[in-house]
Amino acid sequence: MAVAIALIFFVAPEDADQGISQKIFYFHVPIALTAYACFGWGAWKALRHLWEREPGADLESYTAIHQGVIFGALTLVTGSIWARASWGVWWTWSSNQLVLFLVLFLFYCAYFMLRYSVEPGPQRENLSAVYALFGVVLIPVSFFAIRLANDFIHPTVFTSRGPQMSGTMFTAFCVALAAMLALAFTFYSVELVGKRVDARLRELRAAERPATAARRVPEAVAR
Amino acid sequence: MNGYFADVGALARKDLLLELRARDTLPAMLLFVLATFVVFHFALPSGSSDLAASGLLWVAIVFTALLGLGRAFVPEREQRVFDALVLAPNDRSAIWVAKALATLAFLAGVEVVALPVFAAFFHGIGAATVGGVVLADVGICAVGTFVGAMATASRARELLLPLLFLPLAIPIVIGGVGASIVDSPGRYLGFLAVYDLIFATLCWASFDYVVAE
Repeated sequence: MAVAIALIFFVAPEDADQGISQKIFYFHVPIALTAYACFGWGAWKALRHLWEREPGADLESYTAIHQGVIFGALTLVTGSIWARASWGVWWTWSSNQLVLFLVLFLFYCAYFMLRYSVEPGPQRENLSAVYALFGVVLIPVSFFAIRLANDFIHPTVFTSRGPQMSGTMFTAFCVALAAMLALAFTFYSVELVGKRVDARLRELRAAERPATAARRVPEAVAR
Repeated sequence: MNGYFADVGALARKDLLLELRARDTLPAMLLFVLATFVVFHFALPSGSSDLAASGLLWVAIVFTALLGLGRAFVPEREQRVFDALVLAPNDRSAIWVAKALATLAFLAGVEVVALPVFAAFFHGIGAATVGGVVLADVGICAVGTFVGAMATASRARELLLPLLFLPLAIPIVIGGVGASIVDSPGRYLGFLAVYDLIFATLCWASFDYVVAE
């Protein structure tokens, strides 16, 4: 991560048109790609849960989607800042990627609403997994839909950057992407460990409760 | 396979019969869509283009459908029919197919009235719009009944349905609005058809997991 930041700020040349604001590209795009990776991983774990009943896949899927939503929100924020810096507006509907992330953000927020309004148990795991699978199908469908919508909402799509990047820029971009993926993976692992400990603790407490209840009954009788 | 269709037929017939006797959903949807048109008339300042009205038609359709979808699984929940349906020895996806068909019938029934009214209130409607509405209805009912079943399983229920449904309905709205306002609507109609196909298949394949304990 530190290497990536150093590369971004000191090594990569400044963009001729956009100057310093172009640097956010090295954060924005890797964050967006990382969010996709998280959603994809979450859906893959959801599929494993439904198909092979892999134990723990539900929790992994949930954690991945949680990370995906965090990175998705960051994408919206960085994208918005970038839009402000280079186009002068905080929000633009002509940036397909931003609109797509807004749709996905809404979709995955509903995932949490769904998850937290169903009692914990096999049904919750199934519902979450099915919904996560809908998410990866929605990504390409929405992407094409938003592309189509541009035809009647904005006749000309203006592109924010040219396709070509110089060698050092590309290297910095790749390093930034790797750093971002590593960061997401670290968060994912830490959160997963925490969640597993939580679940285990809950199990232990549940197991302990009947025992303590049984111990209390004679006391109450004695009193 | 024959038995599957018989199951679907019986379940859909049950929903239609229930509606015929209780008349809960259809009149409500009808009144709602008419009221929406009146609201839209005042929401659009005079001099706004026909394009804006075309867009609002789609808003009306999606929200009317949402109203119907919110009612779709209410009888099952109140009378605890769901448990019995899940226990019955039929393919569970038949429950979804039947419910989607029944909701589709309601929505189509509403639109048979609503589209001519829209044409009278605002502006004429072309064949492309009607085609778009038909294709969108299939998608709305397929996805809507599916997330409706999900929402039924949760505590929040009515609250949750729009949250689950609207992000999934955004592509439908894009396809529908595109089909109603551009000159060559083929791409948009094609997109709606592809959407229907993809999501109907997905719903059909995964409905088992939604109802199974």
